[in-house]
Amino acid sequence: MVSPLDRKLLRDLWRMKLQTSAIGLVIAVGVLLLVMMGGLVNSLEQTRQAYYDRYRLADVFAPVKRAPDHLLTRLSEIPGVAAVEGRVVGGALVDIEDQTVPVRAQAVSLPAFGEPRLNAVYLAEGRRLDPRHMDEILLLQGFADAHDLEPGDSISATIHGARHTFRIAGLAQAPEFLYSTAPGELAPDDARFAVIWMNEEALAAALDLDGAFNEALISLERGAQAPAIIDAADRILMRYGGTGAYGLVDQISNRFITEEISGLRVSSRSVPPVFMGVAAFLLYIVISRMIEAERTQIGLLKAFGYTSTEIGWHYLKFILLVSITGALLGCALGVLSGQALSGVYRQYYKFPFLLFRVDPGSFMTAILVSVASASAGGFLVLRKIFALAPAVAMRPPAPADYSGSARLVAALKRYLDQPTRMIVRRVARQPMRAFASTIGIAVGMGLAVAMLGVLGGFDKAVSLGFNVIDRSDATVTFVEPLGEKTLFELKRLDGVIEVEPFRSVSVVFRNGVKTHRGALSGSVSPAELNRAMSEDVEQVYARKDGVILSDPLARKLAIQPGDEVTVEVREGRRPVLSLPVTGTFRSLLGAPAYYEIGALNDALNEPQRVSGAYLRIDAANETEVYEAIKNMPAVAGITLKADARQSLERMMNEGAGATRYYMAIIAAIITFGIVYNSARIAYAERAHDLASLRVLGFTKGEAAYVLLGELGLITLAALPIGALIGIGLAGAIAAGFSTDLYTIPADVGPDSIGNGAMAVIIAAIIAGWLVKRDVDRLELVSALKSRE
Amino acid sequence: MKGSREAERTGTAFRVQQLTRVYGEGPAAVHALRGVDLKVPAGDLVVLLGASGSGKSTLLNILGGLDRATAGTAHFFDQELTAMADVALTRYRRHHVGFVFQFYNLMPSLTARENVDLVTEIADDPLPADEALSLVGLDHRQDHFPSELSGGEQQRVAIARAVAKRPTVLFCDEPTGALDSTTGRQVLRVLQDVNANLGTTVMIVTHAAATAAMAHRVIEMADGAVRNVTVNETRLSAEEIEW
Repeated sequence: MVSPLDRKLLRDLWRMKLQTSAIGLVIAVGVLLLVMMGGLVNSLEQTRQAYYDRYRLADVFAPVKRAPDHLLTRLSEIPGVAAVEGRVVGGALVDIEDQTVPVRAQAVSLPAFGEPRLNAVYLAEGRRLDPRHMDEILLLQGFADAHDLEPGDSISATIHGARHTFRIAGLAQAPEFLYSTAPGELAPDDARFAVIWMNEEALAAALDLDGAFNEALISLERGAQAPAIIDAADRILMRYGGTGAYGLVDQISNRFITEEISGLRVSSRSVPPVFMGVAAFLLYIVISRMIEAERTQIGLLKAFGYTSTEIGWHYLKFILLVSITGALLGCALGVLSGQALSGVYRQYYKFPFLLFRVDPGSFMTAILVSVASASAGGFLVLRKIFALAPAVAMRPPAPADYSGSARLVAALKRYLDQPTRMIVRRVARQPMRAFASTIGIAVGMGLAVAMLGVLGGFDKAVSLGFNVIDRSDATVTFVEPLGEKTLFELKRLDGVIEVEPFRSVSVVFRNGVKTHRGALSGSVSPAELNRAMSEDVEQVYARKDGVILSDPLARKLAIQPGDEVTVEVREGRRPVLSLPVTGTFRSLLGAPAYYEIGALNDALNEPQRVSGAYLRIDAANETEVYEAIKNMPAVAGITLKADARQSLERMMNEGAGATRYYMAIIAAIITFGIVYNSARIAYAERAHDLASLRVLGFTKGEAAYVLLGELGLITLAALPIGALIGIGLAGAIAAGFSTDLYTIPADVGPDSIGNGAMAVIIAAIIAGWLVKRDVDRLELVSALKSRE
Repeated sequence: MKGSREAERTGTAFRVQQLTRVYGEGPAAVHALRGVDLKVPAGDLVVLLGASGSGKSTLLNILGGLDRATAGTAHFFDQELTAMADVALTRYRRHHVGFVFQFYNLMPSLTARENVDLVTEIADDPLPADEALSLVGLDHRQDHFPSELSGGEQQRVAIARAVAKRPTVLFCDEPTGALDSTTGRQVLRVLQDVNANLGTTVMIVTHAAATAAMAHRVIEMADGAVRNVTVNETRLSAEEIEW
């Protein structure tokens, strides 16, 4: 038997179905984001950990030029070391028929017999390497799929200047290549980066490293401290050309996934509360309006002997039904979109498996959080029920007191007609409510503007990076630093218009306790093809008397122009330089630093060496140039700017780019929820006044003006605030999510603000139109009969 | 209809034939009016009497352009109200009709004067707001908000608002229903003055039979039909009415 009060509850819900759906939807979106992002954090972390554990990913990586195998025993004797594996790694170029330039690849050795102690591989297809066949390889699965290669196929690759033909035994993935990009690029592109796992003996022979290793992998005992072991390994390997051991935290693939997870975690904690807050506010105004309208009914119930608690519970149930329904819907949608997004993640992060799994506790959290925040809105109103005396409730409320707003309008009196005065007075009478609605709409708009700003900033930065900063067509890198003779060879090629050399050495930057492992690039001055640009797009020149640092590097080191930075070179003579910082420049990708190339070579005592060159190429002779470069034994790789740009733009449009539509929808939901609710409530409160206006002979349009004018006022007021919130939020996102791996640019332009404002205005127009329909249908007679 | 204001002080203001109003359908249908025939001369002060449910408010609403008839015709002079579209009805209310309700229906966010201005702004040849307010004896309360006025004062503002547009006809639905006897008499006095001084046709719906004594014409209604029409030879002034 349903009690009469519950039946009233259900009918109220039905009567206000659009309004309650809008609120439920806002809650659902908040819960959706909470469940989806929380679930992704959970899934990515657990999957990553399981993947790392099962395939024994090393804790410390120690690259070295050439170290004899017996050093591995010494490394394993370092206290705290659990296991050590030596391996051979090197660059390779894979020839693919349909590709203009060879694909850069990383060749990695696998022991001939048994599994490697560390950094094992996951065999996705085919079989393991047969130690009897030195020409067998395992190929990175993503690359194989991108080029339709299967086990049994052959590929040809150049290692150390010599061409080899390999047979693919199997396709593999590995935790150290979770995020794999072509060197120096941000976006992963399966087609343009390969990993070749091959027999240790064969690779050592190809790289002239028989009986030696050039990378030591170390795993730690539980509780061992990585920094101490890194120091110890560095001391052992220094004589053999160790370029500096680093921990897993600095491993590039791991850093990308770690940044992704922590970014998701920050979002999952900061975005859903916005939605919960909006929902709480909406429920507050809806319930307070309901109680105001139903005061006689409440008085009657009290007169019958219902307690305030019973009546309060009735209204609380309304809140609970809306919030729990919204939360359940959000949970379901969260799981669905989480699963969909897992698929997107698997495109970028090469997990052999990624199960989207939400911790059951987080469903509970989501439901509790939405119920709690929704009730918070309701509890403020429930006090009114307790305060209401039955006798008072039975009398109609006195006309709302507007006398306080008289002075406000006095000044404007001459310019405002009566309907406009009604609008202004109403806003002035409940400024807090108008203000809260304004802020709510502004928050919705701010979210949209910030997202659009970040994405727009990205587009701009990409365009700046590829058109203004980098004016080359291709970048060639050499196997090792070479004399300038190679430059003349490049210049001589038919079709090469311009050659700009660079030198690159791996270094550790140090400013007090702040350090950064990276590279110092020697650049010609003035640079023409690869230029450093300041924030306001002025060229910053590399100098002989100091280094220029990219903004993210300067930030990470907490250093400013005029300060000195310590540069510990990890190659050659390993000089430690103390150089003044002469300037900073912007960077989208990575954290580069430039020094004049001659000065860098002098400091290294290696005059006139180059690591590679930027080329400008005549499009007519392109193919011949690439063909010639491919056959130069000294070339480690060649990257075409067009390819790099394409893969970055593809990522923006497919993965992260899809977010812009998502955010637009979310912003529209919030905005619509607030605008529509404000409109409904204004309508409910004023149906009586509006009917009176219609009776007095005002047209439908004139009556609607009084109602919608207020909405328009609130919406208009929200636009500049929304723009400001958007600018601030974009700045916060840029500051919070930028790392030395990549910079999130915040560039809220007029277009972002315009589009955000457009979304708000459209939502407002739809909400206004829905309410206007009700004004048009207003029952004049019945509206006048009732007191409210 | 414009320019015929003088003509609208004489002749037959309303001519109603077989006016029927049914709410709902089938077995649930409620017959509020069952074929009303009626003539109201211009310039009369008419009191419509009847128990609740007799159809008097329905008749008033249809004549006021607030509701539509199910069948039959109603003419305002030579205009057929029952054939008018929404827009024409709005125009009719805007230019010819004044309303006074039991619950005043003032805009709480506008002062007394502004409530009157609400109407003068959209009327063709309105009374100045202060003149309308002094007509109801409230010129000294012009800048007060409804929340600062008593019930009787609010009702007098509502009357000032209704007459400010110089309506041809003034409809009053239970104008004294929420008032005590003293303020009720004051309100009736104002209505009588409006009728006498401005020549406005006034139709008052009430269930207070005593009010009938001040009317030119008393229409009694029962069960959705006109039971009886009386023309008073002698009329009482509002102050003389027994409450």
